[in-house]
Amino acid sequence: MAEDDRVNEPVLPAWSLEREAALRTLLRSPFPLPDARAWAWEGSTGKGVRVCVVDSGVDGTHPSVGGVERAVVVINDEHGGHSIVPDEEGDLFGHGSACAGIIRSLAPDCEIHSVRTLGRDLTGAGAILIAGIAWAIDEGYDIVNLSLSTTKSQFVPELHELADRAYFKNTVLVSAAHNMPVSSYPWRFPAVVSVGSHSGTDPLEYYASADPPVEFLARGVDVELAWLEHSTIRATGNSFATPHIAGIAALTLAKHPGLTPFELKSLLRAAANNVRSAA
Amino acid sequence: MTAPDDRLTPAVAAGVLGADVLHAALLQSIVDNARAIFLARAASIMLYEPEGNQLVFEAVSGEGEGRIVGDRLPATTGIAGWVLSSGESLIVEDVLRDPRFARDVAERTGYVPKILMAAPLLHEEETLGVLNVLDRERKQFSAGGEMQLLGMFANHAAIALSVVRASRRAKAVLERGQGDGLIVSRIAAALDTLDGPRRDAGLRLLQALDVLLR
Repeated sequence: MAEDDRVNEPVLPAWSLEREAALRTLLRSPFPLPDARAWAWEGSTGKGVRVCVVDSGVDGTHPSVGGVERAVVVINDEHGGHSIVPDEEGDLFGHGSACAGIIRSLAPDCEIHSVRTLGRDLTGAGAILIAGIAWAIDEGYDIVNLSLSTTKSQFVPELHELADRAYFKNTVLVSAAHNMPVSSYPWRFPAVVSVGSHSGTDPLEYYASADPPVEFLARGVDVELAWLEHSTIRATGNSFATPHIAGIAALTLAKHPGLTPFELKSLLRAAANNVRSAA
Repeated sequence: MTAPDDRLTPAVAAGVLGADVLHAALLQSIVDNARAIFLARAASIMLYEPEGNQLVFEAVSGEGEGRIVGDRLPATTGIAGWVLSSGESLIVEDVLRDPRFARDVAERTGYVPKILMAAPLLHEEETLGVLNVLDRERKQFSAGGEMQLLGMFANHAAIALSVVRASRRAKAVLERGQGDGLIVSRIAAALDTLDGPRRDAGLRLLQALDVLLR
């Protein structure tokens, strides 16, 4: 490759593919849906779907976010457990707002809720993440966007149980693969929808991955993002591919309410840009 | 009494107390290499200090070198804070559009970057700090290669930082004269007072303990 050709090459996180490579990975779906994308979400705006962003908080006043229905934060309580209280601080880092903004851009009429699990105190971060996910599942959200993971093996059994609980309660956990080739969870569990990145620029373009445990590749490179203090930045990471899938899932669930997580995942796969129907 | 050259206590102490210069050189070599490989304007390693909930610059190469080592930033705000809290890496192509980064980092360091690559320093399931690479000039590697290389440098820095941190904690124990680590120091000191069969017996006991604890 000529030297100049490499200048504009994208930077890809782990568990990701260049768009051209993703396009070449053709897969087949057994379902007779020659235009699965149209059937899945055409005409949908996400209305009626409740999406919870478990992250650093969400700034509902950011123009790209367009409002948050409810915002809570997980705190360590005095009894050694956790409490869920209203979030008075909002987004401390920008990341949660970035994810919410992507979801809003794809599913403008969905409800966005926020659970902040990252705070000023790093003590017990893994347990706080678990408490936040558990609360979101118990609240019965349709979709939970998890652009976070933990590398701590002590939390794997609990996270696994939560992933299964969500699966059987019809709450779809959409989870980001780690940007580095490390073991982290819960994206590795089959009960969640796991997401890596491709280098394309179309927000509705996504691919089914032939390389588990990542299942889908969505736009995650050089993405324009809502950020702190109503600013915008451009950044790369699997955590920005994940809300693309969450947004598309919201469109799909709005058009087809009551889909189970496995039905939704099958439909998303059938509708991926590199999947061809058997019909 | 054991001859001075054979004493264990100074060996234990010297191994800790004399390590600062070597550790600083090790961390500096990592950021120097990262900056060279990425053709970047700057690279830095920040250590997380739980006591003050801060990130402290431990090594800097390029812009800010010689000036900002020892500087501290709040650990739980901004891009570095997110990388630390989440344990996830991030690449921002226009970082000065983040108003907090501009205020907290750029103004403090006197350098105004455009591109920030930040990776957590993960070691034994703990995030020890953050590796930053600023303004890499051109992408020298295949798609996916840059992020992978960033992760490799972060892994290298994490291992080095874990050694540095362990050494500093041991040093603090020795200097304070308290804590569990002092037991090792006391045993070393006690053995230094012995010779002949009693010293040999003491060393055999330690060797047995070594086998038992593996």
